[in-house]
Amino acid sequence: MEQTLEVTRAFVNIAAVISIIGVSISVLLLLYRVLFGPSNPDRILAVDGLGVNVMGLAGILAILLVTNQLNDVILLIGILLFIGTIALAKFIEKGVIIDRDMD
Amino acid sequence: MLLAVLLPFIIAIFIPLLSKWKNEFHTGFVATAVPVVIFIYFVQFLGAGFEPVTQEYSWVPSLDMNLVFHLDGLSLLFVLLISGIGSLVAFYSIYYLHKSEQLGHFYVYFLLFMGSMLGVVLSDNVFVLYTFWEFTSLSSFLLIGFWNYREASRYGALKSMLITVFGGLSLLGGLVFLSVITNTTSIQEMLSQQELILNHEFFPLILGFILLGAFTKSAQFPFHIWLPDAMEAPTPVSAYLHSATMVKAGIFLVARFSPMLSSSEWFFIIVSTVGIATLCWGSYMAVRQTDLKAILAFSTISQLGMIMAMLGFGTEIAIFAAVFHILNHATFKGSLFMVAGIVDHETGTRDIRKLGGLMTFLPITATLAIFGTFSMAGVPLPFLNGFYSKEFFFDASLHLESATSGLAGVLQTLIPYLAVFGSIFTFVYSMYFFFGTFRGQADIKKLPKKPHEAPVGMLISPIVLVAGVIIIGLFPSLINKPFIEHAASAVGGTTITEDIYFWHGIIPPFIMSIAVLVFGTILYLTRTKWQAVYRAVPGKLSLNKFYDGLVDRTENYSVIVTNGYMNGSLGRYVRLILSAILIVTFSVMAFTGGFSMEFNNLSEVTIPESIIAALMIVAAVGASIANKRIAAILILGVVGYGLAMLFVLYRAPDLALTQFIIETVTVALFLLVFRHLPDLEVRKDSVLTNSLNLVLSIGFGLLLTMIAISAHSNKLFNSISSYFVDNSYKLGGGDNIVNVILVDFRGLDTLFEIAVLGIAAMAIYSLIRLGRKKEE
Repeated sequence: MEQTLEVTRAFVNIAAVISIIGVSISVLLLLYRVLFGPSNPDRILAVDGLGVNVMGLAGILAILLVTNQLNDVILLIGILLFIGTIALAKFIEKGVIIDRDMD
Repeated sequence: MLLAVLLPFIIAIFIPLLSKWKNEFHTGFVATAVPVVIFIYFVQFLGAGFEPVTQEYSWVPSLDMNLVFHLDGLSLLFVLLISGIGSLVAFYSIYYLHKSEQLGHFYVYFLLFMGSMLGVVLSDNVFVLYTFWEFTSLSSFLLIGFWNYREASRYGALKSMLITVFGGLSLLGGLVFLSVITNTTSIQEMLSQQELILNHEFFPLILGFILLGAFTKSAQFPFHIWLPDAMEAPTPVSAYLHSATMVKAGIFLVARFSPMLSSSEWFFIIVSTVGIATLCWGSYMAVRQTDLKAILAFSTISQLGMIMAMLGFGTEIAIFAAVFHILNHATFKGSLFMVAGIVDHETGTRDIRKLGGLMTFLPITATLAIFGTFSMAGVPLPFLNGFYSKEFFFDASLHLESATSGLAGVLQTLIPYLAVFGSIFTFVYSMYFFFGTFRGQADIKKLPKKPHEAPVGMLISPIVLVAGVIIIGLFPSLINKPFIEHAASAVGGTTITEDIYFWHGIIPPFIMSIAVLVFGTILYLTRTKWQAVYRAVPGKLSLNKFYDGLVDRTENYSVIVTNGYMNGSLGRYVRLILSAILIVTFSVMAFTGGFSMEFNNLSEVTIPESIIAALMIVAAVGASIANKRIAAILILGVVGYGLAMLFVLYRAPDLALTQFIIETVTVALFLLVFRHLPDLEVRKDSVLTNSLNLVLSIGFGLLLTMIAISAHSNKLFNSISSYFVDNSYKLGGGDNIVNVILVDFRGLDTLFEIAVLGIAAMAIYSLIRLGRKKEE
């Protein structure tokens, strides 16, 4: 039993590191898009993608660090990404984020 | 004595009230009563058996600053001069100042001045002395600028203020030195510690500071330039402040400290040289003037130089002569100023080129002027006091006791000649003053007013002063024993007795007097022929020009310097701030060996954090070179998310949560204001600025990195975090240590951070609301 646990842990760790490397590669590619994306919508999408990757990264890290303290973080990133992307999209489209009352 | 010093201040409070009824009742009568009362009080101390009196009143005992009044012979002389001449001048001013003038202002300033002058001469505490000293500068400033609608009055007031306050501050420096060295604030106790002060390493500084204060106040060369410009003041002020009292404050100071300082050879050299130079320069320049008051101003300068020189000689006879001449000068110069005031008042001009032949129109004034000018010139007549002190002066200049070698020796041989030289010119301008005004061809049509004799009230004060001239002249021993000798003894530190005779026989001083008389007459009669000499000396060289240039240039260069760094560019200010921090911190760290690097207690570097760090570096560089705002903000967002990921990695979930939210909110806020911002322009800075920016930012980053590394390498104490770990649940009742610290262990910080957020929110709200209202 003890041994099985040990093997599993090693297995999970290796998988986590591989995942981190994978996520990192996608982060770097997205970073390229953020920096050189020809248009602002490109950049916004890239930042959104970055956020999703960060969520993933946080999840993998939680596995690596053997903790459940990061669950809040992951959920929060999800909400914020949504709000942020909506705000950016609205800004691109309308030029304002919060409409003034129609009076 | 406290009441006597404070009486002018107290009455000054009520003057504005009284001046409301100035049409029925001239305010000057009240102002005259004050010095009369003070004079009567102090005159009771007079007498052969006079003993110094000290009275103490507490003011700031913890700082050893108390109102200590010490009345010795010297103070008594000055107190009587101040109150006596003060009464006469105040009385004179009743007739001189018309009721349409701002009498309330005038008499408030006047009484302020009188009170502070009494304070200067009576104070035994150096700091109280300094306080009153600055009060005299201030009230003199107000009095000179009394007619403040005149440009020249304001100029003169400012000039005298700058010069005398400059000297006053230097005096304060000297006094602080003295009180620190001797550990007392009492002048009398300082005088008893003479040895300590003379041998102290700071003695040259003390001497320099105190003498600078005295020279500026007493209008000694080269600080005399404020006095002629102070003649813009009303004539009673000139008579009182700028001949009899305030300009003698410097003389008083030198006399007061001379028992302590005069043992030094440098005291003799500096004070005698400056005094003699002032005497010669003042009397030489006086002949050149065309304004009656300007002649008297330069004459005052020169006479003050003579007194100063005698104090510098430091021999018994010189001190006696100096004290005697203080009294004599106050009598005849006060009366001459009043005469000049009468002439001005009755003819409408003070220009000596327009005046002449007034003797038949102003017979009484002319008589007064004769006594005043002849006494000033030192004409050997047995009823003029000026002659006695001048002869004492010659005598003193011939009997100097100091060293015969070096600089002092040279001075010793030169001084009698210079004394005669200065006196010859004194004779010339005295004659010029009298004969130019009252004799010669009368040209009444040129005068603005038809001249006639002055009212009686205006004549009383000069008559009293001239009576003083004659009484002292006729019966010198009347004031000698009860008065002058006490004053001289107080200055000399030993008992000084001299007998005043008119006739000494044919001795060198008398021959010098005769020489002055002969050469002076010749020079006066041939005046027009050698006037051209003034075009060569001083020619274009003028201390006034130097002063004006100094004031103007100070302003100009200050403007240039201020504009040099304050050009309104925030970028420049930030550059300056950063370079200052960089240079100071870097030098301090480098010189104290603060930079240290140790690598023995580092943790391992893992792959995830290197990846995030690389990501952040790339994004940070990208943000700084992005040329569009929105791109820059988005890229900056990447840095913020990277930081949040680092918090995750370093097991700080609360920080990570906050960082994520804040980053998003910041991006949203940027988006909110974007619409109102112009496009990010490519700044057209010079290569120099750009490279400077680069160097600065790299340097600053480097500095902070090195400080962080050094801080890590220099852990002196263990962290206190174990306490929180142990007690978070036990004492705080929470598992989340960060939150327990925030709201429990260190809750006060949180409270004020909430306050900060509240203030920021209110500020934003009010900014937006107020901005809108303005638009409407």
